[in-house]
Amino acid sequence: MQTVSHSGPVASRLMPRLLIGLAVALTLLIVVAPLFYIFARAFAEGWRVYADNLLHPVTRHAIWLTTITALIVVPVNIAFGIAAAWAVARFRFPGRSLLVTAIEIPFSISPIIAGICYLLLYGRQGLLGPWLMEHELQVMFALPGIILVTMFVTAPFVAREVLPLMQAQGSEQEQAAVTLGASGWQMFRRVTLPNIQWALLYGAVLCTARAVGEFGGVSVVSGNIRGQTNTLPLHVELLFNDLNATGAFAAASVLTLLALLALVVKSILEHRRG
Amino acid sequence: MIVQAAPIRAKRVLPGFTLSLGTTLLYLTVIILIPVLALILKGAEIGPTRFWAIVTSPRALAAFQVTLTAAVVATLFNAIYGLLMAWVLVRHDFPGKRLLDALMDIPFALPTAVAGLSLTALFSANGWIGAWLEPQGISVVYTIWGVALAMAFTSVPFVVRSVQPVLEDLDPAYEQAARTLGASEWAIFSRVVFPQILPAWLAGCTIAFARSLGEFGAIVFIAGNIPMQTEIAALLAFIRLEEFDYNGAAAIALVLLIFALVLLFISNRLQAWALRHKAV
Repeated sequence: MQTVSHSGPVASRLMPRLLIGLAVALTLLIVVAPLFYIFARAFAEGWRVYADNLLHPVTRHAIWLTTITALIVVPVNIAFGIAAAWAVARFRFPGRSLLVTAIEIPFSISPIIAGICYLLLYGRQGLLGPWLMEHELQVMFALPGIILVTMFVTAPFVAREVLPLMQAQGSEQEQAAVTLGASGWQMFRRVTLPNIQWALLYGAVLCTARAVGEFGGVSVVSGNIRGQTNTLPLHVELLFNDLNATGAFAAASVLTLLALLALVVKSILEHRRG
Repeated sequence: MIVQAAPIRAKRVLPGFTLSLGTTLLYLTVIILIPVLALILKGAEIGPTRFWAIVTSPRALAAFQVTLTAAVVATLFNAIYGLLMAWVLVRHDFPGKRLLDALMDIPFALPTAVAGLSLTALFSANGWIGAWLEPQGISVVYTIWGVALAMAFTSVPFVVRSVQPVLEDLDPAYEQAARTLGASEWAIFSRVVFPQILPAWLAGCTIAFARSLGEFGAIVFIAGNIPMQTEIAALLAFIRLEEFDYNGAAAIALVLLIFALVLLFISNRLQAWALRHKAV
């Protein structure tokens, strides 16, 4: 660094190149290599083996379970996100800032702790365990548990995108619509929704990516029952533990493609929002 | 009652207060508050003596130590790497810059299990990088370095994304003044630029550290999970659950929860500091 302090023309041209080179090299090593390696290993034994791995009934079931979970969690999260943003951005009430903090809680709690919380509530020895047993309701180690924990983990995603936008936009247009006689639903559909649509979609994309990839929380509440409560990320671990590396990488490649797709959509939306 | 809660007269015009607030409170209560309360109640039920005995047992202490040490290593790495990336992405123009910027989001987008799988294979003795490191006597997989690597990967974006916007908004006048006065590039960075990005940088590091402490998915693959050596606290809690030792799981989870909340508090304070800094 000392050489730079007497920055002649050579040193001042050299330093940026050095920094850029270092940044690119580290990123290649840490971010790009793991990304490429997933596909390299997934296709290591050829297309046929790759296709066979993905078409295996247990893998197909895992893909289906992950899809169902996302299809339920994401719309619910969108509804919650809009409701939370509307309440916080458009009205003043006591405890408003506390509510905003509460919405953000899942970001700072490790998913595995979320899973433990749910098990301590709905599990056999949990607070509601005896009651659930009595009514023969299975929450843990079944689809409801997977969905609930995914809802916990993804709770802030839509709200935190829509809320700042609603606050920045103000409510004049909505007030005008209502004053001119629009019903609540008309106002929402014709004024609010068009105004927040890109932020909403952005939050939904992030929420989907997170819901599909959730591992720690789901791993606590699913019980890892092969072909039953095994989501795709859990299936990756199962295949890895079975020493079926190519299978694990094939399953992982599906998740990676989804993640890359989410990033592409995200950057398109960022462009739209300006 | 509800109408009175909205002080500005014009705001009363807008519909949906009861519906939206009711939905929000119901969702938060059912999905977040009650489950977290269940953990706290379970923890309280254990009693202080047993709680202390559980969290200070040799295996738990070792797990906390592994988690903390690896998280410190991962955060130190990201503190420097994140700063470098933010600097290069804001201050320099070069081909492929936008791609490099987009790549910074990969660790967030990629499911942690996928990251763990890939890093494990990549750094194992027959992987691309491991095959090159092992002959030098450096083992990553199944060591604490592997734990730190997984933590570092999953928390890469935090420092970059907190420093980047602050660096973009810096007023160039101070740097120009310093340059005119004959300050060296290093002096300009360390005395003019760095103090201004310090709060945002520290906030990013704190979030990265918190995330590392809570990380699970990527680590279980690479750590080998050897008790007393590479077993992290979150995994120990998970193992206790599988042994139906709910007290053990709850106590360890509660310690991690307290850590997370303290770090959340610190990062909020740092962000408030960063905002004040920006206003001045």
